[in-house]
Amino acid sequence: MPNIVVLVKQVPDTYSERKLSDTDHTLDRDSADAVLDEINERAIEEALQIKEAHDGEVTVLSVGPDRATDAIRKALSMGADKAVHVVDDALHGSDILQTAKVLAAAIGTVEDVDLVIAGNESSDGSGGAVPAILAELLGYPQLTHVREVTVDGSTVKVTRETEEGLTHLEASLPAVISVGEKINEPRYPSFKGIMAAKKKPVETLDVSDLGVDAGDVGLANAWSTVVEAAPKPPREAGQRVEDDGDGGSRIAEYLVGQKLI
Amino acid sequence: MAEVLVLVDHVDGEVKKVTNELLTAGRALGEPSAVVVGAPGDAAKLRESLAAYGAAKVYVAESDDAAGYLVTPKVDVLAALVATTSPAAVLVAASTEGKEVSGRLAARIGGALLVDAIDVDGGDGITVTQSVFGGAFVVKAKAAKGLPVISVRPGGLEAQAAQGAATEEAVEVPAVDPAKSAKITGREPIVGGDRPELTEASVVVSGGRGVGSAESFEVVEKLADVLGAAVGASRAAVDSGYYPAQFQVGQTGKTVSPQLYIALGISGAIQHRAGMQTSKTIIAVNKDAEAPIFEIADYGVVGDLFKVAPQLTEEVAKRKG
Ligand SMILES: Cc1cc2nc3c(=O)[nH]c(=O)nc-3n(C[C@H](O)[C@H](O)[C@H](O)COP(=O)(O)OP(=O)(O)OC[C@H]3O[C@@H](n4cnc5c(N)ncnc54)[C@H](O)[C@@H]3O)c2cc1C
Ligand SMILES: Nc1ncnc2c1ncn2[C@@H]1O[C@H](COP(=O)(O)O)[C@@H](O)[C@H]1O
Repeated sequence: MPNIVVLVKQVPDTYSERKLSDTDHTLDRDSADAVLDEINERAIEEALQIKEAHDGEVTVLSVGPDRATDAIRKALSMGADKAVHVVDDALHGSDILQTAKVLAAAIGTVEDVDLVIAGNESSDGSGGAVPAILAELLGYPQLTHVREVTVDGSTVKVTRETEEGLTHLEASLPAVISVGEKINEPRYPSFKGIMAAKKKPVETLDVSDLGVDAGDVGLANAWSTVVEAAPKPPREAGQRVEDDGDGGSRIAEYLVGQKLI
Repeated sequence: MAEVLVLVDHVDGEVKKVTNELLTAGRALGEPSAVVVGAPGDAAKLRESLAAYGAAKVYVAESDDAAGYLVTPKVDVLAALVATTSPAAVLVAASTEGKEVSGRLAARIGGALLVDAIDVDGGDGITVTQSVFGGAFVVKAKAAKGLPVISVRPGGLEAQAAQGAATEEAVEVPAVDPAKSAKITGREPIVGGDRPELTEASVVVSGGRGVGSAESFEVVEKLADVLGAAVGASRAAVDSGYYPAQFQVGQTGKTVSPQLYIALGISGAIQHRAGMQTSKTIIAVNKDAEAPIFEIADYGVVGDLFKVAPQLTEEVAKRKG
């Protein structure tokens, strides 16, 4: 009966323009639509599949501003049982390490956790590091970037997929898993699921509830600071020609002209 | 000069190109010491190449466990070396594994994590340059407190050779706690044949849904092979089963920044562009004149990729003689 915590993050929709704020170089969350990160839907799906096979309970955890409730509701409507939402103005501008510490403290509030399931990389920060850092902080094995998971008693076996190829891993529970894009196809919330989600419990916590010092989080206390940020001038379209049967040769001439071949 | 620890990225007894880039970056910050974590015998095969890119020292941390568990042995070795050498910075490749190693290391030693740098600058405190949102923003960042632990994007900066002494020094691999680590029970490395790795290649030829089938990806591969290029694919091509997932370019795939990127039958969705728009030169072939890929292409041909690509392959082959 694994108790599973799924980490979900609300991110700016990648289809809309993403910007850094002019004042403090943090993510300008108002400039873009916010959505549940697609990779997190896959994390939820995997948690639900494990639950369906072995029973247990799925808790959704998100650290983020008020409006992250939308992402949490979506996770609940897919079938997660309950949620923890850490929201605190003091968190604004927190870096990866600070966020991971808050997540670790929040995971500590959930009883008897067997599995923490996250996305492998968020589409806004793209740190690709939070799950590994959580494993470090929690003292759990990390089984990250996986495309296949099997839980068998207190053992978890996965296939990890990276630029190196496939790696087969095995560890004991409790453990941290991060899922890759090819692991599953997330289900759509059903109408029933959407209605049920409205009644599911969402616990809201601030940093003091977690025993985290507000002086350790947020932009002013981050381990790293942005000293400068500038939008890169957009790329300009170059030449475009119609293929008149000589398109390949014309590219070759262009490449020769650019000394690329 | 301050010591800078560089975690060596290696596979099959050879350093990856990014290791040379890391050593080059290390020289901008101080004196680079290469750290080899691997199976017994690995370091001996790498030493010469590490010397050629300026490694003053080579710390050799070898054991069966070092190669038998995921990520944690590397973090353990680096943390121990940070304690004994008090380096100015630690540099790790911003590969999938390197991002994890650097994140855990920073958490463990109370260091400042600076991710995915495309350049590093010594001078008055260490500053890194990062390219975010798929290259839409360029950011400079610094450590506010703690030791800078920096991951450096493969291909982000150019490697420059420089002779180093590469004096070897054996260090112990701390014992692995199996309750806190994942054991590696098998590996299936990518059999890329003779093609360069996607993130390291100076030329990438990618195919999209327009290629139409797994069999017709041969058209993409043939062009890649005459150019000595890596093959990439859009997510639509991967999801349609035309090409394996590890070759996906884009926001949720690999970020590439080659000298030359050729997109065949790719529409150029924002998520694809996020992974390739920092390429130096972009060529696109698409039969739809309105395809957004043309907005960022230096040279675009509106036409059928099955006519244009083979002709280009032939022309390139001819010129090579
Ligand atoms: C969260 C998220 C993450 C994503 N991550 C990625 C990612 O990492 N990488 C990625 O690539 N996409 C990603 N996508 C998907 C992206 O939005 C697009 O759907 C995808 O890039 C489209 O791939 P495509 O250009 O191959 O296919 P299409 O958009 O279908 O384009 C095919 C193109 O081929 C052309 N064509 C067809 N036949 C021919 C021919 N014979 N000759 C020449 N041209 C031809 C057509 O004109 C068309 O422009 C992501 C989407 C989301 C929501
Ligand atoms: N603020 C957050 N709240 C909840 N989960 C998060 C948060 N940040 C990161 N994560 C989780 O960690 C994964 C990887 O994120 P990252 O390391 O930032 O690329 C995400 O897909 C989430 O599952």
